[in-house]
Amino acid sequence: MPAVVPSLVGTEDALLQQLADSMLKADCTSELKVHLARSLPLPCSVNRPRIDLIVFVVNLHSKLSLQSVEESLCHLDAAFFLGKVAFLATGAGRDSHCSIHRNTVVKLAHTYRSPLLFCDLEIEDFRAAMAQRLVRLLQICAGHVPGVSALNLLSLMRGSENPSLEDL
Amino acid sequence: MSAKEMDETLAEFFRRTILKIPMTEMMTILKTWNFLSENQLQTVNFRQRKESIVQDLVLLCEENHASLNDAAHLDIIYTQFHRHQKIWDVFQMSKAPGDDIDLFDMEQFKSSFKKILQRALKNVTVSFRDAEENSVWIRIAWGTQYKKPNQYKPAYVVYYSQTPYAFTSSSRLKSNLPLLGQALTVASKHHQIVKMDLRSRYLDSLKAIVFKQYNQSFETHNCTTSLQEGSLGLDINMDSRIIHENKVEKERVQRVTQEIFGDYPQPRLEFAQYKLETKFKSDLNGGILAEREEPLRCLVKFSSPHLLEALKSLAPAGIADAPLSPLLTCIPNKGKNYFKIRDK
Repeated sequence: MPAVVPSLVGTEDALLQQLADSMLKADCTSELKVHLARSLPLPCSVNRPRIDLIVFVVNLHSKLSLQSVEESLCHLDAAFFLGKVAFLATGAGRDSHCSIHRNTVVKLAHTYRSPLLFCDLEIEDFRAAMAQRLVRLLQICAGHVPGVSALNLLSLMRGSENPSLEDL
Repeated sequence: MSAKEMDETLAEFFRRTILKIPMTEMMTILKTWNFLSENQLQTVNFRQRKESIVQDLVLLCEENHASLNDAAHLDIIYTQFHRHQKIWDVFQMSKAPGDDIDLFDMEQFKSSFKKILQRALKNVTVSFRDAEENSVWIRIAWGTQYKKPNQYKPAYVVYYSQTPYAFTSSSRLKSNLPLLGQALTVASKHHQIVKMDLRSRYLDSLKAIVFKQYNQSFETHNCTTSLQEGSLGLDINMDSRIIHENKVEKERVQRVTQEIFGDYPQPRLEFAQYKLETKFKSDLNGGILAEREEPLRCLVKFSSPHLLEALKSLAPAGIADAPLSPLLTCIPNKGKNYFKIRDK
Protein backbone atom coordinates (compact mmCIF):
# COMPACT_ATOMS: atom_id res chain seq x y z
CA MET A 1 0.00 0.00 0.00
CA PRO A 2 1.29 3.46 -0.71
CA ALA A 3 2.28 5.70 2.18
CA VAL A 4 -0.31 7.82 3.93
CA VAL A 5 0.58 11.47 3.78
CA PRO A 6 -0.95 14.33 5.71
CA SER A 7 -0.11 17.88 4.84
CA LEU A 8 0.29 20.27 7.75
CA VAL A 9 -0.24 23.81 6.58
CA GLY A 10 0.54 26.82 8.77
CA THR A 11 2.91 29.73 9.30
CA GLU A 12 4.55 28.55 12.46
CA ASP A 13 7.32 26.23 11.39
CA ALA A 14 8.44 25.20 14.82
CA LEU A 15 4.98 24.00 15.84
CA LEU A 16 4.42 22.17 12.56
CA GLN A 17 7.78 20.51 12.89
CA GLN A 18 7.02 19.34 16.39
CA LEU A 19 3.63 18.02 15.37
CA ALA A 20 5.19 16.19 12.44
CA ASP A 21 7.75 14.58 14.75
CA SER A 22 4.98 13.51 17.12
CA MET A 23 2.95 12.01 14.31
CA LEU A 24 5.92 10.00 13.13
CA LYS A 25 6.26 8.62 16.63
CA ALA A 26 2.60 7.66 16.87
CA ASP A 27 1.28 4.18 16.14
CA CYS A 28 0.49 3.77 12.50
CA THR A 29 0.03 0.49 10.68
CA SER A 30 0.72 2.09 7.32
CA GLU A 31 3.89 3.77 6.17
CA LEU A 32 3.71 7.44 7.10
CA LYS A 33 5.27 10.52 5.58
CA VAL A 34 4.44 14.07 6.61
CA HIS A 35 4.28 17.03 4.28
CA LEU A 36 4.79 20.54 5.66
CA ALA A 37 3.84 23.73 3.88
CA ARG A 38 3.63 27.31 4.90
CA SER A 39 0.61 28.15 2.76
CA LEU A 40 -1.26 27.27 -0.39
CA PRO A 41 -1.01 27.21 -3.32
CA LEU A 42 1.98 24.91 -3.48
CA PRO A 43 4.55 25.65 -6.12
CA CYS A 44 3.65 23.43 -9.03
CA SER A 45 6.95 22.06 -10.20
CA VAL A 46 7.72 19.57 -7.47
CA ASN A 47 7.09 15.86 -7.61
CA ARG A 48 4.86 15.38 -4.66
CA PRO A 49 3.09 12.38 -3.09
CA ARG A 50 -0.68 12.29 -3.03
CA ILE A 51 -2.00 14.13 0.01
CA ASP A 52 -4.61 12.24 2.05
CA LEU A 53 -5.49 14.82 4.68
CA ILE A 54 -4.84 18.51 5.05
CA VAL A 55 -4.58 19.96 8.52
CA PHE A 56 -4.66 23.75 8.67
CA VAL A 57 -2.89 24.85 11.83
CA VAL A 58 -3.96 28.18 13.30
CA ASN A 59 -2.17 29.72 16.25
CA LEU A 60 -4.74 31.67 18.25
CA HIS A 61 -1.96 34.00 19.37
CA SER A 62 -1.21 35.12 15.84
CA LYS A 63 -3.55 36.97 13.52
CA LEU A 64 -1.03 36.33 10.78
CA SER A 65 -1.46 32.58 11.07
CA LEU A 66 -5.23 32.88 10.70
CA GLN A 67 -4.92 35.23 7.78
CA SER A 68 -2.53 32.92 6.01
CA VAL A 69 -4.86 29.94 6.47
CA GLU A 70 -7.86 31.92 5.20
CA GLU A 71 -5.93 32.88 2.09
CA SER A 72 -4.74 29.33 1.55
CA LEU A 73 -8.27 27.92 1.72
CA CYS A 74 -9.22 29.71 -1.47
CA HIS A 75 -6.66 27.72 -3.39
CA LEU A 76 -7.74 24.30 -2.29
CA ASP A 77 -9.58 21.96 -4.61
CA ALA A 78 -13.20 21.51 -3.52
CA ALA A 79 -12.88 17.73 -3.45
CA PHE A 80 -10.75 17.92 -0.36
CA PHE A 81 -13.58 19.36 1.64
CA LEU A 82 -15.38 16.05 1.57
CA GLY A 83 -13.71 14.89 4.74
CA LYS A 84 -10.07 15.45 3.94
CA VAL A 85 -9.64 18.78 5.63
CA ALA A 86 -9.32 19.50 9.32
CA PHE A 87 -8.57 22.62 11.30
CA LEU A 88 -6.33 22.58 14.32
CA ALA A 89 -6.27 25.55 16.67
CA THR A 90 -3.41 25.87 19.12
CA GLY A 91 -2.80 28.29 21.97
CA ALA A 92 -6.26 28.31 23.53
CA GLY A 93 -4.76 27.36 26.87
CA ARG A 94 -3.07 30.74 27.27
CA ASP A 95 -6.09 32.94 27.09
CA SER A 96 -4.25 36.19 27.75
CA HIS A 97 -2.09 35.67 24.67
CA CYS A 98 -4.97 34.99 22.31
CA SER A 99 -5.65 37.65 19.74
CA ILE A 100 -8.12 35.53 17.83
CA HIS A 101 -11.44 34.66 19.36
CA ARG A 102 -12.34 31.01 19.60
CA ASN A 103 -15.56 31.66 17.73
CA THR A 104 -13.67 32.93 14.74
CA VAL A 105 -12.11 29.54 14.09
CA VAL A 106 -15.37 27.79 14.95
CA LYS A 107 -17.09 29.84 12.27
CA LEU A 108 -14.28 29.20 9.82
CA ALA A 109 -14.50 25.44 10.30
CA HIS A 110 -18.27 25.60 10.02
CA THR A 111 -18.07 27.58 6.78
CA TYR A 112 -15.84 24.93 5.26
CA ARG A 113 -17.84 22.06 6.74
CA SER A 114 -14.77 20.56 8.33
CA PRO A 115 -13.89 19.41 11.84
CA LEU A 116 -12.09 21.70 14.24
CA LEU A 117 -9.70 20.35 16.82
CA PHE A 118 -8.15 22.23 19.70
CA CYS A 119 -4.73 21.33 21.03
CA ASP A 120 -1.93 23.25 22.71
CA LEU A 121 0.86 21.95 20.53
CA GLU A 122 3.54 23.32 22.81
CA ILE A 123 2.67 20.79 25.48
CA GLU A 124 4.28 17.50 24.65
CA ASP A 125 1.64 15.17 26.08
CA PHE A 126 -1.26 16.99 24.43
CA ARG A 127 0.65 17.08 21.18
CA ALA A 128 1.36 13.35 21.31
CA ALA A 129 -2.29 12.58 21.95
CA MET A 130 -3.40 14.84 19.11
CA ALA A 131 -0.78 13.33 16.81
CA GLN A 132 -2.20 9.88 17.47
CA ARG A 133 -5.68 11.12 16.76
CA LEU A 134 -4.61 12.73 13.52
CA VAL A 135 -2.92 9.53 12.43
CA ARG A 136 -6.16 7.59 12.95
CA LEU A 137 -8.01 10.26 11.01
CA LEU A 138 -5.40 10.10 8.32
CA GLN A 139 -5.65 6.36 7.88
CA ILE A 140 -9.39 6.60 7.37
CA CYS A 141 -9.02 9.43 4.88
CA ALA A 142 -6.44 7.45 2.96
CA GLY A 143 -8.89 4.59 2.71
CA HIS A 144 -6.75 2.26 4.79
CA VAL A 145 -9.53 1.37 7.18
CA PRO A 146 -12.05 -0.95 5.54
CA GLY A 147 -15.67 0.07 5.89
CA VAL A 148 -15.09 3.69 6.85
CA SER A 149 -14.57 6.47 4.36
CA ALA A 150 -13.54 10.06 4.87
CA LEU A 151 -17.08 11.19 4.22
CA ASN A 152 -18.55 8.74 6.76
CA LEU A 153 -16.15 10.01 9.30
CA LEU A 154 -17.00 13.58 8.58
CA SER A 155 -20.68 13.11 9.26
CA LEU A 156 -19.91 11.11 12.39
CA MET A 157 -17.62 13.79 13.74
CA ARG A 158 -19.98 16.56 12.90
CA GLY A 159 -22.69 15.11 15.06
CA SER A 160 -20.83 14.86 18.35
CA GLU A 161 -18.02 17.38 18.22
CA ASN A 162 -19.04 20.35 16.26
CA PRO A 163 -22.54 21.45 17.07
CA SER A 164 -23.78 23.79 14.41
CA LEU A 165 -23.62 27.43 15.27
CA GLU A 166 -27.39 27.58 15.63
CA ASP A 167 -27.10 25.25 18.59
CA LEU A 168 -24.49 27.33 20.36
CA MET B 1 41.63 49.13 75.48
CA SER B 2 37.89 49.04 75.78
CA ALA B 3 35.86 48.45 72.70
CA LYS B 4 34.18 51.66 71.69
CA GLU B 5 30.44 51.42 71.36
CA MET B 6 29.66 51.47 67.69
CA ASP B 7 27.45 54.28 66.54
CA GLU B 8 23.78 53.21 66.59
CA THR B 9 23.10 54.15 63.00
CA LEU B 10 26.26 52.42 61.81
CA ALA B 11 25.39 49.25 63.69
CA GLU B 12 21.94 49.35 62.13
CA PHE B 13 23.45 49.82 58.71
CA PHE B 14 25.66 46.76 59.25
CA ARG B 15 22.70 44.80 60.48
CA ARG B 16 20.54 45.63 57.49
CA THR B 17 23.33 45.09 54.98
CA ILE B 18 24.23 41.66 56.35
CA LEU B 19 20.55 40.73 56.66
CA LYS B 20 20.09 41.32 52.93
CA ILE B 21 22.62 38.60 52.10
CA PRO B 22 20.97 35.24 51.34
CA MET B 23 22.23 32.49 53.64
CA THR B 24 23.48 30.49 50.66
CA GLU B 25 25.88 33.29 49.82
CA MET B 26 26.76 34.40 53.33
CA MET B 27 30.11 32.65 53.71
CA THR B 28 31.26 33.52 50.20
CA ILE B 29 30.46 37.19 50.63
CA LEU B 30 31.96 37.43 54.11
CA LYS B 31 35.13 35.77 52.89
CA THR B 32 35.34 38.10 49.91
CA TRP B 33 34.90 41.01 52.29
CA ASN B 34 37.77 39.64 54.33
CA PHE B 35 37.08 41.87 57.30
CA LEU B 36 36.22 39.20 59.85
CA SER B 37 38.91 36.61 60.38
CA GLU B 38 38.49 32.89 59.86
CA ASN B 39 38.67 32.38 63.65
CA GLN B 40 35.99 34.95 64.28
CA LEU B 41 33.66 33.40 61.73
CA GLN B 42 34.10 30.04 63.36
CA THR B 43 32.74 31.39 66.62
CA VAL B 44 29.39 32.08 65.01
CA ASN B 45 26.75 29.39 65.12
CA PHE B 46 25.35 29.39 61.61
CA ARG B 47 22.53 27.09 62.56
CA GLN B 48 20.61 29.71 64.44
CA ARG B 49 17.81 31.80 63.06
CA LYS B 50 19.12 34.34 60.59
CA GLU B 51 18.40 37.32 62.87
CA SER B 52 20.59 35.82 65.57
CA ILE B 53 23.40 35.04 63.17
CA VAL B 54 23.30 38.61 61.94
CA GLN B 55 23.34 39.93 65.47
CA ASP B 56 26.45 37.87 66.23
CA LEU B 57 28.14 39.10 63.10
CA VAL B 58 27.39 42.71 63.94
CA LEU B 59 28.92 42.20 67.39
CA LEU B 60 32.05 40.87 65.72
CA CYS B 61 32.14 43.93 63.52
CA GLU B 62 31.97 46.08 66.62
CA GLU B 63 34.83 44.14 68.15
CA ASN B 64 36.91 44.91 65.08
CA HIS B 65 36.00 48.59 65.25
CA ALA B 66 34.40 48.43 61.85
CA SER B 67 33.97 51.79 60.19
CA LEU B 68 31.48 53.19 57.74
CA ASN B 69 34.03 52.53 55.06
CA ASP B 70 34.07 48.83 55.91
CA ALA B 71 30.30 48.76 55.76
CA ALA B 72 30.38 50.49 52.39
CA HIS B 73 32.80 47.85 51.13
CA LEU B 74 30.45 45.11 52.18
CA ASP B 75 27.63 46.90 50.40
CA ILE B 76 29.71 47.10 47.22
CA ILE B 77 30.47 43.39 47.37
CA TYR B 78 26.81 42.57 47.89
CA THR B 79 25.91 44.71 44.88
CA GLN B 80 28.60 43.06 42.77
CA PHE B 81 27.03 39.69 43.54
CA HIS B 82 23.55 41.06 42.85
CA ARG B 83 24.24 43.43 40.02
CA HIS B 84 21.06 42.36 38.25
CA GLN B 85 19.00 44.01 40.94
CA LYS B 86 19.98 47.42 39.61
CA ILE B 87 19.26 49.00 36.28
CA TRP B 88 22.41 50.30 34.63
CA ASP B 89 22.86 53.31 32.35
CA VAL B 90 25.88 53.81 30.15
CA PHE B 91 27.93 56.97 29.86
CA GLN B 92 30.59 57.73 27.33
CA MET B 93 33.29 60.31 27.91
CA SER B 94 35.46 62.03 25.38
CA LYS B 95 38.57 64.09 25.45
CA ALA B 96 38.79 67.48 23.80
CA PRO B 97 40.60 67.44 20.49
CA GLY B 98 44.22 68.18 21.14
CA ASP B 99 44.19 66.90 24.71
CA ASP B 100 47.21 64.93 25.77
CA ILE B 101 46.73 61.28 26.40
CA ASP B 102 47.78 61.15 30.03
CA LEU B 103 48.75 57.93 31.67
CA PHE B 104 45.90 56.92 33.90
CA ASP B 105 46.66 56.90 37.63
CA MET B 106 44.01 55.05 39.62
CA GLU B 107 44.89 56.57 42.98
CA GLN B 108 44.87 60.05 41.57
CA PHE B 109 41.50 59.40 39.92
CA LYS B 110 39.99 58.19 43.18
CA SER B 111 41.29 61.07 45.23
CA SER B 112 40.24 63.62 42.65
CA PHE B 113 36.77 62.09 42.28
CA LYS B 114 36.21 62.11 46.02
CA LYS B 115 37.45 65.66 46.43
CA ILE B 116 35.12 67.01 43.76
CA LEU B 117 32.07 65.44 45.40
CA GLN B 118 33.10 66.45 48.87
CA ARG B 119 33.70 70.02 47.85
CA ALA B 120 30.25 70.27 46.29
CA LEU B 121 28.28 68.43 48.97
CA LYS B 122 29.72 68.55 52.41
CA ASN B 123 28.05 65.27 53.27
CA VAL B 124 28.80 62.42 50.94
CA THR B 125 30.28 58.95 51.42
CA VAL B 126 32.50 57.75 48.62
CA SER B 127 33.99 54.26 48.60
CA PHE B 128 36.01 52.37 46.02
CA ARG B 129 36.69 48.76 45.20
CA ASP B 130 39.02 47.73 42.44
CA ALA B 131 37.83 45.04 40.08
CA GLU B 132 38.93 43.14 37.00
CA GLU B 133 40.10 44.67 33.75
CA ASN B 134 41.34 47.89 35.37
CA SER B 135 37.87 48.78 36.51
CA VAL B 136 36.73 50.32 39.74
CA TRP B 137 33.40 50.11 41.51
CA ILE B 138 32.45 53.35 43.20
CA ARG B 139 29.73 53.63 45.81
CA ILE B 140 28.29 57.05 46.58
CA ALA B 141 25.89 57.78 49.41
CA TRP B 142 24.41 61.22 48.88
CA GLY B 143 23.83 63.83 51.57
CA THR B 144 23.37 67.58 51.40
CA GLN B 145 24.95 70.55 53.11
CA TYR B 146 22.74 69.93 56.08
CA LYS B 147 21.82 66.26 55.99
CA LYS B 148 24.00 63.24 56.57
CA PRO B 149 24.38 60.85 53.65
CA ASN B 150 21.58 58.37 53.10
CA GLN B 151 23.37 55.03 53.20
CA TYR B 152 20.33 53.15 52.01
CA LYS B 153 20.04 54.74 48.58
CA PRO B 154 23.56 54.77 47.21
CA ALA B 155 24.50 55.20 43.59
CA TYR B 156 27.05 52.91 41.97
CA VAL B 157 29.46 53.68 39.19
CA VAL B 158 31.57 51.08 37.44
CA TYR B 159 34.35 52.79 35.52
CA TYR B 160 36.63 50.94 33.12
CA SER B 161 39.72 53.09 33.30
CA GLN B 162 41.23 52.00 30.01
CA THR B 163 38.07 53.01 28.19
CA PRO B 164 35.87 56.09 28.05
CA TYR B 165 32.91 54.16 29.44
CA ALA B 166 31.23 54.19 32.81
CA PHE B 167 28.12 52.35 33.95
CA THR B 168 25.91 53.84 36.62
CA SER B 169 23.07 52.36 38.57
CA SER B 170 20.04 54.58 38.16
CA SER B 171 19.80 56.40 41.40
CA ARG B 172 16.47 57.65 42.61
CA LEU B 173 18.16 60.89 43.54
CA LYS B 174 18.40 62.14 39.99
CA SER B 175 19.39 65.66 40.91
CA ASN B 176 22.90 64.51 41.68
CA LEU B 177 23.48 63.07 38.26
CA PRO B 178 25.11 66.19 36.72
CA LEU B 179 27.50 66.40 39.65
CA LEU B 180 28.36 62.74 39.31
CA GLY B 181 29.02 63.18 35.62
CA GLN B 182 31.21 66.16 36.27
CA ALA B 183 33.24 64.38 38.92
CA LEU B 184 33.81 61.40 36.66
CA THR B 185 34.80 63.55 33.71
CA VAL B 186 37.20 65.79 35.56
CA ALA B 187 38.78 63.07 37.67
CA SER B 188 39.42 60.88 34.66
CA LYS B 189 40.78 63.84 32.69
CA HIS B 190 38.09 63.87 30.07
CA HIS B 191 36.34 66.83 28.58
CA GLN B 192 32.78 65.78 28.07
CA ILE B 193 30.35 63.11 29.14
CA VAL B 194 27.30 61.88 27.25
CA LYS B 195 24.59 59.49 28.30
CA MET B 196 24.13 56.70 25.79
CA ASP B 197 20.71 55.46 24.81
CA LEU B 198 21.42 52.11 26.32
CA ARG B 199 20.05 50.64 29.52
CA SER B 200 19.66 47.20 31.03
CA ARG B 201 19.89 45.17 34.23
CA TYR B 202 22.59 43.01 32.76
CA LEU B 203 25.82 44.83 33.31
CA ASP B 204 27.87 42.14 31.63
CA SER B 205 25.75 42.37 28.51
CA LEU B 206 26.09 46.14 28.44
CA LYS B 207 29.84 45.66 28.67
CA ALA B 208 29.81 43.18 25.83
CA ILE B 209 27.83 45.54 23.64
CA VAL B 210 29.84 48.62 24.39
CA PHE B 211 33.24 46.93 24.17
CA LYS B 212 32.08 45.06 21.08
CA GLN B 213 32.83 41.71 22.66
CA TYR B 214 29.50 40.12 21.95
CA ASN B 215 30.49 38.48 18.74
CA GLN B 216 32.88 36.20 20.47
CA SER B 217 31.62 33.68 22.93
CA PHE B 218 31.31 35.29 26.34
CA GLU B 219 29.98 34.31 29.74
CA THR B 220 26.60 35.30 30.95
CA HIS B 221 25.00 34.17 34.16
CA ASN B 222 22.04 32.68 32.39
CA CYS B 223 23.11 31.68 28.95
CA THR B 224 19.76 30.96 27.39
CA THR B 225 19.86 29.62 23.89
CA SER B 226 16.80 29.62 21.69
CA LEU B 227 13.69 29.93 23.71
CA GLN B 228 11.74 27.56 21.59
CA GLU B 229 12.83 23.99 21.52
CA GLY B 230 14.71 23.45 18.30
CA SER B 231 13.73 26.83 16.91
CA LEU B 232 17.01 27.84 15.36
CA GLY B 233 18.27 24.32 15.59
CA LEU B 234 15.65 23.42 13.03
CA ASP B 235 18.00 21.38 10.94
CA ILE B 236 17.02 21.05 7.38
CA ASN B 237 18.25 17.49 7.38
CA MET B 238 15.84 15.73 9.55
CA ASP B 239 13.68 12.76 9.20
CA SER B 240 13.42 11.94 5.52
CA ARG B 241 9.78 11.07 6.09
CA ILE B 242 9.08 14.78 6.51
CA ILE B 243 8.69 16.64 3.25
CA HIS B 244 9.25 20.36 3.45
CA GLU B 245 7.42 22.19 0.75
CA ASN B 246 9.11 25.44 1.54
CA LYS B 247 12.59 24.05 1.97
CA VAL B 248 14.24 26.70 -0.12
CA GLU B 249 12.54 29.47 1.79
CA LYS B 250 13.42 27.91 5.13
CA GLU B 251 17.03 27.65 4.15
CA ARG B 252 17.01 31.27 3.09
CA VAL B 253 15.54 32.34 6.39
CA GLN B 254 18.13 30.35 8.34
CA ARG B 255 20.93 31.83 6.31
CA VAL B 256 19.71 35.41 6.61
CA THR B 257 19.14 35.04 10.34
CA GLN B 258 22.60 33.68 10.81
CA GLU B 259 24.15 36.47 8.77
CA ILE B 260 22.47 39.08 10.89
CA PHE B 261 22.69 37.54 14.34
CA GLY B 262 25.67 35.28 14.04
CA ASP B 263 26.27 31.98 15.80
CA TYR B 264 27.13 33.33 19.20
CA PRO B 265 24.80 33.90 22.17
CA GLN B 266 23.28 37.37 22.09
CA PRO B 267 23.89 39.90 24.85
CA ARG B 268 20.99 40.09 27.24
CA LEU B 269 18.63 43.04 27.17
CA GLU B 270 15.13 43.25 28.54
CA PHE B 271 13.60 45.81 26.25
CA ALA B 272 13.90 48.12 23.26
CA GLN B 273 11.95 51.34 23.09
CA TYR B 274 11.07 53.35 20.01
CA LYS B 275 9.70 56.84 20.24
CA LEU B 276 8.05 57.88 17.01
CA GLU B 277 7.49 61.45 16.03
CA THR B 278 6.46 61.29 12.45
CA LYS B 279 3.85 62.92 10.34
CA PHE B 280 0.95 60.81 9.28
CA LYS B 281 1.37 59.43 5.77
CA SER B 282 -1.56 58.12 3.82
CA ASP B 283 -2.33 57.03 0.31
CA LEU B 284 -5.91 58.17 0.63
CA ASN B 285 -6.47 61.72 -0.31
CA GLY B 286 -7.90 64.02 2.27
CA GLY B 287 -8.08 61.81 5.30
CA ILE B 288 -8.58 63.70 8.54
CA LEU B 289 -5.09 62.95 9.71
CA ALA B 290 -3.44 63.62 6.39
CA GLU B 291 -3.71 67.35 6.80
CA ARG B 292 -2.29 67.40 10.26
CA GLU B 293 0.91 69.41 10.42
CA GLU B 294 2.11 68.23 13.77
CA PRO B 295 3.79 64.88 13.97
CA LEU B 296 2.05 62.02 15.68
CA ARG B 297 3.73 60.78 18.80
CA CYS B 298 3.77 57.19 19.78
CA LEU B 299 5.87 54.88 21.89
CA VAL B 300 6.51 51.26 21.03
CA LYS B 301 8.24 49.06 23.54
CA PHE B 302 9.40 45.49 23.05
CA SER B 303 9.98 43.52 26.26
CA SER B 304 11.39 40.09 26.81
CA PRO B 305 13.41 38.11 29.33
CA HIS B 306 16.04 37.97 26.58
CA LEU B 307 15.10 40.36 23.82
CA LEU B 308 17.82 39.69 21.27
CA GLU B 309 17.45 35.91 21.41
CA ALA B 310 13.71 36.35 21.03
CA LEU B 311 14.19 38.55 17.96
CA LYS B 312 16.64 36.04 16.54
CA SER B 313 14.06 33.26 16.76
CA LEU B 314 11.17 35.20 15.17
CA ALA B 315 11.88 34.47 11.51
CA PRO B 316 12.82 30.79 11.92
CA ALA B 317 9.65 30.30 13.94
CA GLY B 318 7.57 31.73 11.11
CA ILE B 319 6.30 34.66 13.12
CA ALA B 320 8.08 37.34 11.12
CA ASP B 321 9.64 37.71 7.72
CA ALA B 322 13.39 37.62 7.28
CA PRO B 323 15.27 39.90 7.26
CA LEU B 324 13.87 41.72 10.27
CA SER B 325 13.65 45.47 10.30
CA PRO B 326 17.06 47.05 10.74
CA LEU B 327 15.60 49.05 13.60
CA LEU B 328 15.51 45.81 15.55
CA THR B 329 18.71 44.22 14.34
CA CYS B 330 20.94 47.25 14.80
CA ILE B 331 20.64 47.23 18.59
CA PRO B 332 23.97 45.63 19.55
CA ASN B 333 25.82 47.27 16.67
CA LYS B 334 24.65 50.74 17.48
CA GLY B 335 24.79 50.16 21.21
CA LYS B 336 21.30 51.53 21.64
CA ASN B 337 18.01 50.27 22.92
CA TYR B 338 16.28 53.62 23.00
CA PHE B 339 15.41 55.10 19.64
CA LYS B 340 13.83 58.33 18.50
CA ILE B 341 12.44 58.20 15.02
CA ARG B 342 11.63 61.41 13.26
CA ASP B 343 10.79 62.30 9.71
CA LYS B 344 13.94 62.88 7.74
